Amino acid sequence: MMTADVKTLGDDIESRVDVGDRFAGLFATRPTQDAPITLSAHLATPGGIDTLEASLPPGAESYPALTPRLGAAFWYEREIHDTFGVVPEGHPRLAPLVRPGSPEPRALPRHVTGYGMFTIPHGPVRSGVLESIEYLVETPGEAIPHLNMRVFYKHRGVQARFAGMTPADAVLLAERTEGIASVAHALAFSHAVEQIAGCEPPATAQLIRVLHAELERVANHLDVAVRLADAAGLAVATARFALHKERVMRLVSRLCGGRFGRGVVVPGGVSAPPLLPPAQLRAELDRLAPPIAADADALMATSSFLDRLRGTGPLTPGRARQHGALGPIGKAAGFADDARLTRPYDAYRTLAVPPARPHTAGDALARLRVRWEEVDQSFRLLRQVTDDLAERAPDLPPVTCPPARGRAVGWAEAPQGEVLYDVSLDAGRVTRCHPRSASFHNLVLMHEVFAGDILTDFPFIEASFGLSVAGVAL
Amino acid sequence: MSIWVLRGLRDGVVTTRWPARPDDYADTWRGPARPLPAVADPDPDALEALCPTGAIVVGGNVRVDQGRCILCGHCVAQRPDVFAWSQGATGPGAAALTRNHLVVPELPETDAAVEAARARLRERTAALRRSVHIRHVDAGSDGSEEWEIQALLGPVYDIHRLGVFFTASPRHADVLLVTGAGARGMTVPLRTTYDAMPDPKIVIATGTDAVSGGLLAESDKTTSGIAATVPVDVWLPGSPPSPFGIINALLLAVGKLAPDTPTRPATGSRGGRRSR
Repeated sequence: MMTADVKTLGDDIESRVDVGDRFAGLFATRPTQDAPITLSAHLATPGGIDTLEASLPPGAESYPALTPRLGAAFWYEREIHDTFGVVPEGHPRLAPLVRPGSPEPRALPRHVTGYGMFTIPHGPVRSGVLESIEYLVETPGEAIPHLNMRVFYKHRGVQARFAGMTPADAVLLAERTEGIASVAHALAFSHAVEQIAGCEPPATAQLIRVLHAELERVANHLDVAVRLADAAGLAVATARFALHKERVMRLVSRLCGGRFGRGVVVPGGVSAPPLLPPAQLRAELDRLAPPIAADADALMATSSFLDRLRGTGPLTPGRARQHGALGPIGKAAGFADDARLTRPYDAYRTLAVPPARPHTAGDALARLRVRWEEVDQSFRLLRQVTDDLAERAPDLPPVTCPPARGRAVGWAEAPQGEVLYDVSLDAGRVTRCHPRSASFHNLVLMHEVFAGDILTDFPFIEASFGLSVAGVAL
Repeated sequence: MSIWVLRGLRDGVVTTRWPARPDDYADTWRGPARPLPAVADPDPDALEALCPTGAIVVGGNVRVDQGRCILCGHCVAQRPDVFAWSQGATGPGAAALTRNHLVVPELPETDAAVEAARARLRERTAALRRSVHIRHVDAGSDGSEEWEIQALLGPVYDIHRLGVFFTASPRHADVLLVTGAGARGMTVPLRTTYDAMPDPKIVIATGTDAVSGGLLAESDKTTSGIAATVPVDVWLPGSPPSPFGIINALLLAVGKLAPDTPTRPATGSRGGRRSR
């Protein structure tokens, strides 16, 4: 934790980004109603997450905005404005982001004017079974010169709810912060708690954590494949990937009782060993992987499908790097910062994580290619995990993580990219917890990827981002 | 493309026949926690403290409000002599027609209340039994409930076989499937959707969050369950509920399945098949 001046915070972050660190988040805290607001900027480095702290002068209700020079701070500063009312001076657009403003009908924004331009509001109740979000598409008919998003509809106040919980209960809330990445959120939260308490999960528990994290990754990537195939109208492919996803989720439920791996990760280790013995798990994985790979190959040879993805929703490598794009979105645009490799945790430190192939196209097709490679990588990791588990005693030592006091940042690589948890503990309770999902960091990039795309490309672009609104509005 | 025709035939029929035929996965599904019968425990405070959502109530005997249970398993792991998982997508732990009916063992007055609720529902849904259209609204879910509802459209659950369909327009919808604790930002959109549906309409609170708010306490951001915004007919616990649990709730809602009965063939015709 380093202290900085709020006037020069932007310079400090910029100089760190210039030498290769990645801007990973900006949070604000106010310990009591009268206390000054403190900004915490998180920077991802090869070894861990560094935090720069800058306090506003007592009574100050504004500070110089970071967004004009650090575009990635755009949503973070709007969130700070929503939560604390503090004004980042010079911020280009301080509209409500995570907290709904007035419930009165809102005027449709018009950023682009011209002959025949109109705005299509889509959401928050959308066609299909989807999470609530409103897209405001400004269009002359087909092209999409501007997109607006209102993500605040399903803001649940998760962050405030953490305060006062015991770590054992708070990890359950972390799992429900972004439900489709339950394991990654539980891991990031637990890593922060373990760092504060100075405890290390037993080796077997670390392997079980990786087991669930990788199964979650496979299920999420298959979900993206289902949505992309569905958008392209490939009925059989949609059904095939839905079948594979169901099989993965059933395997998870045979391991732990639930289909989302919830209740497995606890601060200090895991709650119970898998319900399937390693040999049987290995047999299940060997049955699961080949048909997924075969259907993926068939999909990537279906030219009518590839035509819809190639060149769709492109993110340039320059923008990906500048923004610090996370997960498959970053990897597809040549910016790969995978926490499993650069800041390894749990059993990833000892397992051989196969390196990813470089991609630079940055379009929906490249994002899908990245996901298939990650699925392949996950199955390799899962085989290593089952082999390691088979050599170990099946019983687990009891979880020990003594109550402690302090603050730490934990991280984990979710299927959507890096998840961060900035956690403060005191007297066995969470005093403050700020989760930051990859969805929050990445979704803002959707504003920028419609170059040359038209309305019918929208479902492909949205699906290829593979994000969850729950993780954005919290 | 022809490759997909062949790939589609690869695994044969993967679709479940449940509830017409038993399905292992449905019948062995791990549902919310339940108290074991006849436990005389000396320390109610210790038992109640086991639950992060306050689902355990000890007063005379031990009760679990399954509408609050998020299936974390703390109580089952720490006091296996007092608590166990309920089993199966029907029966104890499944959807109920009244909020009180989710409390196990049942509160004394609920049997009559359930019968009354069932009669009222039957009256309203008499016309719906052969073709039911669903509108889903997310009122602050964590995202996992949507996955489980989407699974119903996949090849394994394929609810079209039961004559149940999803619709984009509330004007066509008979059933409103609501997920999430009731984020206040969704109050107006949810209410608008409900009002846009023609009568008769049925609301299913899908998941523990929708039933009671789950881990999210009532605040200026969220209500504790969707009943604060729309009238709920069927209460489905689970965090998230399984796809079989959702099917069970749907069948219960339209009167195709009696509540609290073990898996058995659906009564009435399977007219939905013809409409495929």
